[in-house]
This record gives sequence, structure tokens and C-alpha cells, in this order.
Amino acid sequence: MSWILLIEQTLNGLQFGVMLFLMAAGLTLIFGVMGLINLAHGSLYMVGAFAAAAVAAATGSFVLALVASLVAAAFAGVLIEVLVIRRLYDRDHLDQVLATFALILIFSEGTRWAFGSFPLFLDRPEYLAGTVTLPFGIEYSKYRLSLIGIGLLVAAGLFWMIMRTRIGIRIRAGENDREMIGALGVDISLLYTLIFALGAALAGFAGALIGAIQSVQVGMGEPVLILAFVVIVIGGIGSIKGALIGAVLVGLTDTLGRFLLPQIFGLVMTPSAATSVGSSLASMSIYILMAGVLLVRPKGLFGGA
Amino acid sequence: MIDSILETRGLTKRFGGLVASKAISLDLRQGEIHALIGPNGAGKSTLIKQIAGGLQPDEGSVHFDGKDVSKLSTAARARLGMGRTFQISSLAMEYTVLQNVVLGALGHRGNVFWFFNNVMKDAELLETADAALTKVGLEDFRNFRASDLSHGQRRQLEVAVALTLDPKAFLMDEPMAGLGAEGSQQLIGFLDTLRHQAPILLIEHDMDAVFSLADRVSVLVYGEIIATGTVDDIRTNSDVRNAYLGEEGAA
Amino acid sequence: MTKETLLNAVLLCLLLAVPLIAWVSDEPFIITLTTRAVIFAIAGIGLNFALGFGGLVSLGHAVFFGIGGYVMGILAYHAQTYTPLMEWPFAVEGTKSMLIVWPVAVVVSGLAALAIGALSLRTTGVYFIMITLAFGQMLYYFTISWSTYGGEDGLSIYVRNTFPGLNTMDPIQFFAICYVLLLIVLIGVHCAARSSFGLMLRAAKQNEERVQAVGQGPYRLYLIAFTISGAITGLAGALFADLNRFVSPTMLSWHTSGEIMVFVILGGVGRVFGPVAGAALFILLEHSLGGLSEYWHIYLGAILLGVVLFARGGLYGLLAGREVAHD
Repeated sequence: MSWILLIEQTLNGLQFGVMLFLMAAGLTLIFGVMGLINLAHGSLYMVGAFAAAAVAAATGSFVLALVASLVAAAFAGVLIEVLVIRRLYDRDHLDQVLATFALILIFSEGTRWAFGSFPLFLDRPEYLAGTVTLPFGIEYSKYRLSLIGIGLLVAAGLFWMIMRTRIGIRIRAGENDREMIGALGVDISLLYTLIFALGAALAGFAGALIGAIQSVQVGMGEPVLILAFVVIVIGGIGSIKGALIGAVLVGLTDTLGRFLLPQIFGLVMTPSAATSVGSSLASMSIYILMAGVLLVRPKGLFGGA
Repeated sequence: MIDSILETRGLTKRFGGLVASKAISLDLRQGEIHALIGPNGAGKSTLIKQIAGGLQPDEGSVHFDGKDVSKLSTAARARLGMGRTFQISSLAMEYTVLQNVVLGALGHRGNVFWFFNNVMKDAELLETADAALTKVGLEDFRNFRASDLSHGQRRQLEVAVALTLDPKAFLMDEPMAGLGAEGSQQLIGFLDTLRHQAPILLIEHDMDAVFSLADRVSVLVYGEIIATGTVDDIRTNSDVRNAYLGEEGAA
Repeated sequence: MTKETLLNAVLLCLLLAVPLIAWVSDEPFIITLTTRAVIFAIAGIGLNFALGFGGLVSLGHAVFFGIGGYVMGILAYHAQTYTPLMEWPFAVEGTKSMLIVWPVAVVVSGLAALAIGALSLRTTGVYFIMITLAFGQMLYYFTISWSTYGGEDGLSIYVRNTFPGLNTMDPIQFFAICYVLLLIVLIGVHCAARSSFGLMLRAAKQNEERVQAVGQGPYRLYLIAFTISGAITGLAGALFADLNRFVSPTMLSWHTSGEIMVFVILGGVGRVFGPVAGAALFILLEHSLGGLSEYWHIYLGAILLGVVLFARGGLYGLLAGREVAHD
């Protein structure tokens, strides 16, 4: 096993983690402030990816495509918040699960109807193609490295917004006491719509960024959605810090598990058996991680007492 | 000491910097009504949660019927014979009155993991349930849904459910709250007889009720018991007058 | 007779009449469709036991459905390839007999539910939903990578399992088997709902504090309910795999979990017969809307949204009103 490969895989895990964070941040904010469990968050991810792919195909500009993903996902977010989600804040979790499951069906089939079942492709821009040489002579994909940078920037921006700005103060107030922010004279319903739009935009943005690595297709949001759930369960629902740490943990566990487990089993088994056992264990590793965290802390690493 | 069924020893609970219970020691003796009074925020609810379970004290212990129950769950303490009623009615709201009392009788009897009996046809449970309903005067409302009951009737039902548990002691958290004058009078009369079945730790705001019912009164202020004694002791206690009855004392 | 009892009777008669008419007029497709509805109803009844009676919003019930399916698939696979299932510590052969497959499916999925429930029930509310979902995904990915039994492609079985005295490949006979199982499950669940356990469990759903105050711990109640729930859903899974003579990871996907939940909601949460109505309605919608448009899931989504937002009691709430207290 070469160290260079290990470092490369670690970077991949980090990149996966920060992208998961973009999804998980929105989910955890929406749950923390509004008490809503939103299964349709993965659909917003998909909307962002499709918007980016369509705009990139029309204009050829990757930057415009990213802008489109933000705008389209935020717009879709506002639309469903106003039409549907708003009615669910005071409902129990079962109603929220079902209504947002219904939204997934509508989004997925609607997208299939509009774009067909074949995957679209979103090309990464030329200036981010190829590799860059890191210290110790490690060659690493320029695009993936940019993703790590962008993800960390967004995370820093979110922390700054929540800790330092007026809207952040309102968000934190809303997490503690919904009635209090009403008493402060804040328009709650507008605040909720804004938070939902922000979460949606982040999801859409992640969809576009990942869309350039994988293909853009219907249903692409669901595996990511479930991983994002695992992330916030590990991190503690409602905690942005927990989402970041959980996301990186999940990203690293998943990527390194796939890389290392078959090799570790290879020490004691035949290569083919090791690959088979190692990869099935790797595909379950993050869930085992989650179960482990919950055994020790049922409310996640940074969840309230 | 021998005849005290319930005893707390040095219960202390802190929430961050706030001391909600400060070394609280009190006991409940056979045949008595021991009232716990105190201004809002004195820590009455925190105390009853530590006694009934659901909140672990930082220091101190709870003894019930000669056993240290500090580590037991709420359910286990209930099985030992703590009959609790809640400040805000805590019933199975979609159930009928009868189902609620049968639930109590069933919880007390145990054998919950029967899957093929018809529980609402169980003669033994029905007998316990009906006796409890008759005792609190709800026998005509057997088939009403709990959610359709008036506020006062829900309180009565809470007491009836506690009765089905055949408890060794009652913990009653403000049973008079929200009752009209007439309802309060009825309940006072009822509790007066109930103390002979099992002693009552009564948390109550209604001073008339406390002074007419209690054998002993403890006064809780800022998480600390500042006085325990008979009604007359408490009425004349200067600390109590200053700290708690201050306004009335001045008037 | 209450409205609800009447509705129950009508529902059971319809479920019996439709395939009989189809049998007489030689339309095996309709029989198979109704069989699907009956099997989905059993799966829904399973979920309803946890969700409707215990208030446990499990988004991972496809796991038990899938385990039931794989139990059937694996046993039949070993029987048809004449390979032993295992040789150590003792030899186990595969089997094609339904009378063996069913109990094994029930026990294995029940044990899985016991294990998953024991962990998941340490949490509540939204954590519980997400954890059941995550465990579901875990086993889903496991089956995908389990190459011994077909991995992503799944397992095909040549002929249906056998039942003494019946030709299970005949649609109407296979339907009869499923229908009788549905009746048995319904009777069992009906009894359990009004038993000591049912009274306590449904009380815990309404108010855990109350249950504790009468001396019972909710955790054990929930765990047993979850186990029974998983076992019933597992039985449905075994039947479903037998119906299709095919089992694949799709049975464990979280869409399947969502669909099982949809059966429960369309019919009416917490009503013994609710999932039967819900599953029948689902199949009806799938058939009629599916004929209208390739994208029928859009309409399904819209209907589901409507039910959640405006008709929370489902079909039973709409037709039979508020649940009458059990006598």
C-alpha cells in the first residue's frame, strides 16, 4: 500500500465529506429551527444539478451553471415551502415524512417527464481539469481540490452568518424559542421561508458540483439525502458544527473503508474473498459508525441533552 | 421514622449555576397529608420529578417503603406503590374513561404481555376500575372519551387511575388547579378520607385547601425547605411570613 | 354493527369477489393484481402494528419485507441447485415448502426487527425515523454487494414453492393461500389490538408518561411491537417473492419502505383494516393511473399530499369517521 494513494483517498474522503456538509447543513438548520424533517431535500439537490446541466449545455459557462443551480434550487425551495411545507410545521413527524415523500415522487417523476430517463452530463470547466501537484509529489485532481476549498469556504461563511449577523441571531433565537422571536417582532413566516431557501440553495449547489463528477440523473439526490441524514444523526440534529464534523467523519469512513477494508481482509483471506467481504463491510461501515455513536450518545455528538 | 413511607435525604439538583433543589430532606408518614407549598419557581416540580423518577438528583437519595429507589425508573417506582397525579392532566386522551382506569388496573396487575385476551372484558380489572370510578364519582362517565371530559373531570379521572394502582402513597401535583370553588370543596372532602387509605404528598397552590387538609406543611423557597411543621406552626413561623406569605402577612 | 365493521366486511368481500370473477372470466392478470394487493395489505398491517398502535414511525420496514423475500429466495435457491445452505456446525438443506419457508421468514425477520428495534428505540422522534431509514440502507447495500445470492441482479426462482394439496402456480390457488394468510393475520392483529398488550401499547402511543405512571416501561412495549411488526412484514415479503418468483435488493430499498407507509396512510393509521383498504386503493391507483400515464407517480404524489394535508384519517377516517372505542 502506498502512502500517496492513502493521502489521495483521504483527500477524496474529505471532498465527499464537505459536499455532504452542504446537504446536511440545510437539513439540520431546517430541522433545528422549524422542527421539520424534509425528505425532499434530495430533490432540491437534483433540481440544482439539472438546472446546472441545462444552463451549462445552453451557455457553456460553468459559473453560470453554478449560479443557475443556486437560483433554481432556492426557487424550488421557496415554492414548496409556500405551497406545502408551511402547513407541516405544526404537524407530527409522520405527516412531514409522508408529505415530503409525496414531494419526492412529484419531483422525480416531473424531472423524468421533462428531461427523460437518460443521464445528463455536466463537464467540469477546463481551468479546473487535470491535476495539480501537492507537496510530496502527490498528483491530485484540481476539480476535487477546488470542491474541498469551496465546501470549507461555504462552511466558514455559514458559521460567520450564524454567529455574527442579524439573521444568524434570529436563527439561533428561533432554535431556542419560537415564540420569542415572534415577540421580538420578527416575521417568522418570512424567516422560515428564507432559511428553507438557504438550505435548498446549498443542496442545489452541492448537486451541481457533484454533478460534474458523477452523472446528472433522476434519483441522484436520494442516496445523498440518506447519507446526509446519517451525518446529522451522528453530529446531533440542529447543530451546524455537528453537521460539519459528522460529514467529514462519514466522508472519510466511507472512502477509506472502501479503500482499506479489502486490503486489511487481504492479509488473512484470498484476494477475491477479501474484496467481496471488504466491500460489503465497507458499504455498511458508515451505518455501523452511526450505530456506534448512538450507542454512546443517543442524541448525536453535539445534540442537546 | 419507622412509619414514614417516603423519605428524601439531602436531595440536591443543579441546572448549570441554578440550584433547583438544595439538600431537601422531607418525609411522608402513614395516615397523613403532607403539603408542600412554595411560590412559583421554588422548585416544587423539580422535586416531585426526583421523587417520582424521571429526573436524577445530583446528590441525595429517595427512600420508599424502606428501599432506596433513587436508581429505579419511574415505572419501577410506580410498581412499588407511588400513585402519582400530574399538574397538567396526563391521560390517554383518545381512550374512554373506563379504558383509562382499566389501564391503571392492568399496569398494577402486571401480565401486560398477553396478546389474545379481551382486556375490556376482564372481570377482575373491570371490578377494580369501576370501584375507582365510583369512588371519585365518575361512574356515569365510563364511556366518555377522556378528551371530551371537563377539566375538573380529568382531574378526578387522574385520581381514579392512581386509585387503581392501590398505592402505598400518593404524589399529587396541584390537584386543585383549575377547579372551581365547588369542585375544590368536593375534592378536599375526598382527599380528607383518602389519607386513611394511603398518605398523600400534596403539592398545592390553594392555601385554603392546604390549611384545611394538611397534617403537616413544608415550605419550599428557592429550592430549599425553610420550614416544616403543623399548619399552626407554619402560620406563625416568621421566616415563612417573610419569605412567602410576606404580602399577606403585611396586609 | 358499526360503520367500520360494515366497511371491513365489504372490503374483504370485494377482495374475494374480484379475483373469483376474474377466474371465471379467465383474466389471470387481475387475479395476480389482487394477490399483490393482498400481500401489500399484509405488509401494511405489519407496519401498522408499530406505526398505528405504537406510534413508531419506521422508515425502514422494507428491510423486513426484503428479509422475508430473501429467506424464501435463498431457501428455494439451495433447493433448486441441490446445494446445502450450510454444512457446519450442522447441515441445512434448502426447501421449497411454504410451510417451512413462512415460519423461517417470520422468525428471521422478527429477529432482525428485534435487533434493529433494540438499537433504534434508544432514540425517539426524528432520530428514530432517520435511524430506521439508515439501517434499511445498510441492509440494502449489503444485499447489493452479496454476490453469492445475485447481488444487484437478485435471485430468480424457477417455480413457486409448494403447498400440500395445491398447485401454487395456478394464480387463483396462490391467491387463496395469500387471502387465507391475510385473514389469519387480521384476526391475530384484531385480537392483539384489544388485548392487554394492545391497550398498554396504544396508551404508550398517546402518552408515555401515563404508561410509566401505571408502572410499565414503554421501551419493552415498543420493542415487542416492533418485533411483531417486522415479523408480519417479513411474511408478506416471503409471499411477494413467491408471487414474482424473484427477489432483489429493490425489495429493501427505502422507496419500498415509503410505499408500505403509503398503504397504511391511504387506508387509515391505527385501524386494523386500514392497510387493507390502503393497499387495495394503491393497486387500484397504480393500475388505473399507470394506464393513463407513464408518469403516474406524479398523481400518486399529489393524492398522497392531499391525504396528508386534508384527509388525515385516510379512507377509513373518511368513510367510517372517528375510531370507535374498543369495547
